[in-house]
Formats: sequence, C-alpha cells, structure tokens
Amino acid sequence: MIEVRLIEMAFDAAGAMRDFAAAHPQSGGVVSFLGQVRVDSAQQGADVEALELQHYAPLTLPGMQALAQDVLGRWALDGLLIWHRVGEMAPGDPIVLVVAASRHRRDAFAAADFAMDHLKSESWFWKREKRGGQWAWVEPREQDYADLARWGQTQA
Amino acid sequence: MARLVFLGRLADLAGGAEREVAPGPLAAILSGLEHDLVQALTGARIRVALNGALVARDGLVLKPGDELAFLPPVSGG
Repeated sequence: MIEVRLIEMAFDAAGAMRDFAAAHPQSGGVVSFLGQVRVDSAQQGADVEALELQHYAPLTLPGMQALAQDVLGRWALDGLLIWHRVGEMAPGDPIVLVVAASRHRRDAFAAADFAMDHLKSESWFWKREKRGGQWAWVEPREQDYADLARWGQTQA
Repeated sequence: MARLVFLGRLADLAGGAEREVAPGPLAAILSGLEHDLVQALTGARIRVALNGALVARDGLVLKPGDELAFLPPVSGG
C-alpha cells in the first residue's frame, strides 16, 4: 500500500503510524520517521515563531509519488506512507512522516532513510521562517546534498 | 494570455506569486519585466517548468494559456 499526501492542517503522527501498522499485519518491521518544526536554527537563536512551507501543485505531489515508486523498486516493502505538511506551522508541529513496512526490519529502515534524504534535497518545497515578526526564506543546506550523495546520487 | 508563476523568494521580488503576460518568446516576455526580477529569474540555479513539466528555457515560446513556473533551489522539507 502506498499512501502519499500533502496535508494543509496539523496531523496526528502517532495515530497515522498506529493505523498503518495495523493495516500491515504481515509486516514484521514498521519503521517511521517524524520530522517536526524546530524552535531554533543553526545561526540564530531559539526564537522561531512560525515556519511556512510552500509547494507548487503541478510538481510537488507528483514528485513525491514518483519518489515512493522509486523506493518500492529498491526494497521489498509491504507498504510506504509519506505525508508532508504545507502551509504555516508552529514549533513542535509535525512536518513530515515517513513510514515503511516490510517483512524484515532492514528493508524498512533503509527505505525510510532513503525516502527522507530525497524528500529533503529533491522535493519541491520552499521554506521560510518567521522571527521577530519578520519572514525570511531558508536557503538549501549543503548537508542535504551530502546526504543524497550517500546513495550515489547527486542533485539533478 | 500566459501566466508566470514565481516560487519562494522570487514571489517576494516579483511582488506576487503570479503574473499575466502576453504570450510569445520567453526572451521577449522577460525584456518587459523589471531588471532586478529578470536577473533573479535567469540565475543559474533557477529551473523552469512549463505546464507542470521541467523544461530547458532556451528558445521557449509561451502559447496562450501556458503556465511557466520559476523554481529556485528547494530548501528541504
């Protein structure tokens, strides 16, 4: 089962994880990653008031669906869930949830790791942070490109 | 008319997320825009998508109803 969604409201990651695991009784391993809005960032203090993720509908969801198919082609999975927030979020809000289910754990770990590295570096999202009432766009991190290189790939 | 779509910081520079323009060669369309916006739109790291598909911008001609999106580097989910 593949479930890829763009979500405009805060979501219940624990509930999604529970439902996904229940839907895959044949899977001995279910690995999840939850990304949440950080209250601080590298160069600046812990004063993030809000985070906004912008997407471009003709590219963003189709790109995530193509990524999911790519992941399924690489590992023996019973299921894969990728949920990603768009819009305005507060610190502590969930941004992204990836859950992979497989018969044995190793495939699920690798699939979730691969999916996250590609979501971070290749998906069509633009991010800005609000501090002291001012919005500022977040530039790409070199670390995200380095993470992609772990899989023998570079940014297109 | 055709439509230009500006993502991320490009929307701030353009003063809005979209702009209606007369169809025609992209080069001619760009020549009608503000200088600093054109500089940003033609940066080496800006990619373009025509009606939802990534394309090369060289020789691009917009037809009526076309949507051309300018995509800065993504900042990670």
